[in-house]
Amino acid sequence: MLTMKKYTIVFIACSLFSLIISPKAHAQTNPLIEKVAQKLALVNDYVAEGVMKTDVSFIKASLGKVKVYFKKPNLLKVKKEGGISLLPRGGVSLTINTLLNTKQYTTIPAGTQVLNGKNLTVIKLIPTDENLDWVISTLWIDPVEALVYKTATTTKENGSYEILMQYGEYAKFGLASKIVFSFNTKDYKLPNGITLEFGDEDPAVKQKLLKNKKGTIEINYNNYLINKGVPNSIF
Amino acid sequence: MWSLIQIELYKIFRRPRTYIAFGAIAALIVVIQLGLKIDGNSYAAFLMKDINDTLTVDGKVLNGYLICYILLQLLLVHVPLLVALIAADMISGEANLGTLRLLFSTPYSRTHWVLAKFIAASVYTILLLIWLAFLALFVSMWIFGTDDLFLMKSNYVVLIQQGDVLWRYVGAFVFASFSLLTVTSLGFLMSSLANNSIGPIVGTMSAIVFFTILSTLNIPLFTIIKPYLFTTHMNNWKEFFDIKVNANNEAITGSVLNIPKIKTSLIVLSLHIVLFVSASILIIKKKDILS
Repeated sequence: MLTMKKYTIVFIACSLFSLIISPKAHAQTNPLIEKVAQKLALVNDYVAEGVMKTDVSFIKASLGKVKVYFKKPNLLKVKKEGGISLLPRGGVSLTINTLLNTKQYTTIPAGTQVLNGKNLTVIKLIPTDENLDWVISTLWIDPVEALVYKTATTTKENGSYEILMQYGEYAKFGLASKIVFSFNTKDYKLPNGITLEFGDEDPAVKQKLLKNKKGTIEINYNNYLINKGVPNSIF
Repeated sequence: MWSLIQIELYKIFRRPRTYIAFGAIAALIVVIQLGLKIDGNSYAAFLMKDINDTLTVDGKVLNGYLICYILLQLLLVHVPLLVALIAADMISGEANLGTLRLLFSTPYSRTHWVLAKFIAASVYTILLLIWLAFLALFVSMWIFGTDDLFLMKSNYVVLIQQGDVLWRYVGAFVFASFSLLTVTSLGFLMSSLANNSIGPIVGTMSAIVFFTILSTLNIPLFTIIKPYLFTTHMNNWKEFFDIKVNANNEAITGSVLNIPKIKTSLIVLSLHIVLFVSASILIIKKKDILS
């Protein structure tokens, strides 16, 4: 009987302890994240026009006009106008809107850092839903403007991404005027038997030039259409 | 001179053998287009295996422009063999039939006849190339549509905007005409050396195969002679599809990466044509017609 009582006490104590450190409870109490989320909540959907630049060591591509479609909670699509677009695998959809709109995360404060002259608060997000694609995300937030200037996200299957943001006239909605996605690239090599590029005189030199393993996709937005409705068929 | 060319063209196009090359090219292109139409997506997925590890490619990758590039890669290596069928028969065929003596007994000089024959063979070569361009480019554009050209090379990928592609093909086909005319002139030279058709045709084909192998081997010993072989330069039509990038790694629309390489190749090929045709004229002028 006494043993049973002991077990009950231990169980209640554990339950209380888990409630105290509950991730959801912690997430709800982070005022800065709440402030950012409130700003982003103003946007139900948007269509943005912009110019995309692809900078990957083994890709030669010119600038291209793109349209970016977003719909709450986390639908996002980048489409190049009349052409082929190259986007980081899985990473482009992990914008700040898609991260915060899920509400399925817990926060860990990680101090402050100066980035481009701005004193930013660093907060780490850890997803509470194990089905989400990302494992951890770090946000660099301006506490005054409630704007996220940088995120670094590690995903389960598609590696790590870093996103840098700059803001312009749509800052009041938390929407960036420029986004730079940085991601790690893997080796690219096709056998000469497939490409039929026999007798290439300097393959070693060409290969040497392609050692940079970091790729970036840069989108400069010049126009946003906010809350005008976006059909689901686009995604 | 014009009447001599007309006579030679008439001789070329009344022979059934002439149309073998047109038929072979049509059959090959149709088979490849059919294969890519039915199962092209799995072929594209195989090519893009490495790219898909890092990036997602959105758009019509397998479009008419890419199909044409694939076809040219496959066919421009083999079309010279089809050109040799006619070019290497131009003089030796007549020598074999015994009609060369009749030609050279006309008021026209031997040089006139040789040049007329070469021009007629060149017209055949250019028509073959136009036929190839029509089927490979325009029919592919009609079947597969158009989009940006997404070229996967051995070490890197080139993405050329749709509006920047067509002029590159014009340049590539003009370049290819120089390549094929070099083969025509080689066949012509071989033809001037023999009195039957088989020897020059097989000889020209063997020379193309032999020099192509030397051109593709990356062995230091052969590297010294490679710049002087016409087969090294014949494949440089591909240079039209490589693009310059600026300091920010942005591709410059309308640019060609290595124009000097194209110019050098055109000069080398032109010199070969002049050399082979001049040698043919000299040989024929001194030739004792015994057949």
